[in-house]
Amino acid sequence: MREIKIPYIDYMAQRWKALYFSGALILITFVSLAIQGLNFGLDFTGGTVIELGYQEPVETAEVSKALEGVGLTGVTVQYFGSNRDILLRIPPSGETSNAALSQKVFDTLAAAAGGKVEMRRVEFVGPQVGEELTEQGGLAVLYSVFGILIYVALRFEWRFSVGAVAATVHDAIIVLGVFSIFQLDFDLNVLASVLTVVGYSLNDTIVIFDRVRENFRKVRKGTPLQIMNQSVNETMSRTIITAGTVFLVVIALYLFGGETLRGFSLALLVGLISGTWSTIYIASNVAILLGVSPANLAVPKKEGEGAGAQV
Amino acid sequence: MNRYPLWKNLMILGIVLLGVILALPNVFPQDPSIEVSAARRAEMTAGSADEIRAALENAKVPFKRIDTLDNGKLLVRFTSSGDQLRGQEAIEGTLSERYRSALTLSTDLPGWVRALGLKPMTLGLDLRGGVYVLIDVDMEAAVDQALERYVEEIRTQLRDAKVRYTTVSRLQHQVVVKFADAQAREAGYQIIAKEFGDLKLENVDQGGDYLITLAMTPMQEKQLKDFALQQNVTTLRNRVNALGVAEPNIARQGERRIVVQLPGAQDPGRLKEILGATATLEYRLVDTEHSVADAEAGKVPAASRLYRDRDGRPVLLKRRVIVTGDQITDAASGFDPQSGTPMVTVALDAPGGRRMFDMTTENVGKPMAVVFIENRTITKQVDGKPVKQTQKVEEVISVATIREPFGRRFQTTGLDSSEEAHNLALLLRAGALAAPIQIVEERTVGPSLGQDNIDQGMMSVTIGFLAVVVFMGVYYSWFGMVANVVLLLNLVLIVAIMGLLGATLTMPGIAGMVLTIGMAVDANVLIFERMREEIRNGNTPQACIAAGYDKALSAIIDGNVTTLIAAVVLFSFGTGPIKGFAVTLTVGLIASMFTAITCSRAMINWIWGGKRLKSLPV
Repeated sequence: MREIKIPYIDYMAQRWKALYFSGALILITFVSLAIQGLNFGLDFTGGTVIELGYQEPVETAEVSKALEGVGLTGVTVQYFGSNRDILLRIPPSGETSNAALSQKVFDTLAAAAGGKVEMRRVEFVGPQVGEELTEQGGLAVLYSVFGILIYVALRFEWRFSVGAVAATVHDAIIVLGVFSIFQLDFDLNVLASVLTVVGYSLNDTIVIFDRVRENFRKVRKGTPLQIMNQSVNETMSRTIITAGTVFLVVIALYLFGGETLRGFSLALLVGLISGTWSTIYIASNVAILLGVSPANLAVPKKEGEGAGAQV
Repeated sequence: MNRYPLWKNLMILGIVLLGVILALPNVFPQDPSIEVSAARRAEMTAGSADEIRAALENAKVPFKRIDTLDNGKLLVRFTSSGDQLRGQEAIEGTLSERYRSALTLSTDLPGWVRALGLKPMTLGLDLRGGVYVLIDVDMEAAVDQALERYVEEIRTQLRDAKVRYTTVSRLQHQVVVKFADAQAREAGYQIIAKEFGDLKLENVDQGGDYLITLAMTPMQEKQLKDFALQQNVTTLRNRVNALGVAEPNIARQGERRIVVQLPGAQDPGRLKEILGATATLEYRLVDTEHSVADAEAGKVPAASRLYRDRDGRPVLLKRRVIVTGDQITDAASGFDPQSGTPMVTVALDAPGGRRMFDMTTENVGKPMAVVFIENRTITKQVDGKPVKQTQKVEEVISVATIREPFGRRFQTTGLDSSEEAHNLALLLRAGALAAPIQIVEERTVGPSLGQDNIDQGMMSVTIGFLAVVVFMGVYYSWFGMVANVVLLLNLVLIVAIMGLLGATLTMPGIAGMVLTIGMAVDANVLIFERMREEIRNGNTPQACIAAGYDKALSAIIDGNVTTLIAAVVLFSFGTGPIKGFAVTLTVGLIASMFTAITCSRAMINWIWGGKRLKSLPV
């Protein structure tokens, strides 16, 4: 039996410092969101994105020059993965239709590169659709938070429920913060990933709460804070291992999943770290602050048989 | 003792076997292929395959083999997409008159797998390349058109019944009929109520005018919109089929959107040309009683309207429409046997044919025009913001003299070229759209990017999987290996269920799968950690197994259900790529609950359950 010896730590002793730390991160996020906002991708802003594959390395400046030569200004040119892959972003305008536009861009660049270029992807999103996606994205986050709030309240207790949701919202904010501070592209995939983080973080929180629930019923001595601490410690090995396995696959996704999934996997990575942190220091903390105690958990009738054998 | 009853073991075994069989088709490679079908007015014959084989051999393009599909089409399989593209050139170059070719990906299934009716997971456009277009249908215009038709019909009805009215007009969402006095209105009301009783009718007295207003009930409006959307889907399907793409998918989305997905389509420009030919047609009589010059000077007669033809010349047409494009059931181009010039043969539906017959009987020798109505989207700057506007462009595309009365079938001759005849026929046949459309979203993925995405996706799944397998094996020894077997089973089941649901695998879907691998082991980690705790508490090995599973259950269920809630919300709100992710995540969660709890327990019970153990290999 291989085992990592995990020292018993009084996690809850640091709870105020941890809370201030998280609070500071959230504050930074809000400041960043207020000042520079999110770098919304095509899905939300509308416009056209064209990905081109060159046979030989190409300079972005050359591409820009070729496009400006035919009057296409305001096009953002950047590398996408390697110096042979070029991503063009064209803000929504609309003098010409999208088909004509992407064809014009391609023809221009193909001529400039002597035909050694391939159209890999064209995406066009109308401004109207962009607005709808933004709205739907916001609603999706709201509804899932509500659904989870209700479920946890039913299965546990409202204090746990608030704690779990606080932790989840914390994680979502931290991910948004990273995307805002570093001005990374925030597209639909990243939004999906934020929602996954919501799911993962909850999963993590629930596992600890499950133990807290069990210990509240089983352990008669000790303050809620002590029981919380004990529960966090008892589940710590699982927390580390699960976070570890998920981390392994997300790293695989980040490194090998290609440029399209980079933002997605980065958001997962950030959310994974934040989710583990928030389970201990936000979810448990908030539940404690709200005054959760064994008395809150109505002991179900069945409890006698299961725990009885143990005690 | 830890034993599962026989029925439970058999059930688990059954599900696992079923999963393996269902997942099987995905193991076989997908060949880049060309689907060959007969071109218009040509047929596939027994010799078709040989012709294509000869064409490919001539061009020295290597291919795997040629299969005959159930629908009579031929499928040419290649080993690489380079060969596939050259193959298409070869076929198009020599046989394009008789055959249409479409690029596709086709799994090379052995006969017995195909005999079982098994199909591999559908790959999304981001993985196989293709065009995705989201189209918005202008519902307001559909309603307006319907009201215009009411206006026209009420006029005719009143005139036929010799009821005197002042005006009939459309005012926003109402039709307003104006009468000079109450008696006329009473008579008019009788007529209108008889014909349009299902509309909301109201008598209104307004400033000495006697009015009847008609409006659609919300129910009728909904039906009308529904119908408009449905007809547009049908029309677009016809148009897309004319492109000759393999497996096109055209479906309505929500209340006013249509999704068009064309896997493997190579030329998005051509697609949009066809889709974007958002055109309707109208047959109208030419007004020969009034002078065009007068009309141009501003004196357009009340019953007529001034149009222009493609060269900008003015043409004066009657306001009354004879038939519209949606009444055309078929149109084909050909040559007039008498003059040898290109012509288009048009067939109408029954009501259209009757109306056409009535009109042409009365108007032999007079000219009739075809008006082509197209909606083009233009963007204007309003207060510094770009505002999209749909502009209606109406052009007279042909004026022809009615030689004799005709009904459901007739010919339009006097066209300039066979090319023009062909285009006109295509436009006529494709049917009219019940409401104008506009492309609001478009995503095109080139085939090479699709292949890259598959490769990268497979790579990350494999590496992620191996990393987890190694970790679990090292950390939990034999029980860890059980978790690994179960994890593999989990992947198989995900693939099987996805195939069963007919779900499409997309790049975010693969990401969902990778994530599921990471999270699926969580259940086993919880169980094994519990077992270790029980061992530390000094319980017997068998009791530890039982307690490990029992006590971890509530945490596993609660954890998965909350994630499931997030996944379901994602599914219901998400579009396209997000939906794909949500599907795999949901399927993965359900599959992992089954495998991690039931299957792993069955294995552990089977291997260690009945034995006297000193310690547990966990």
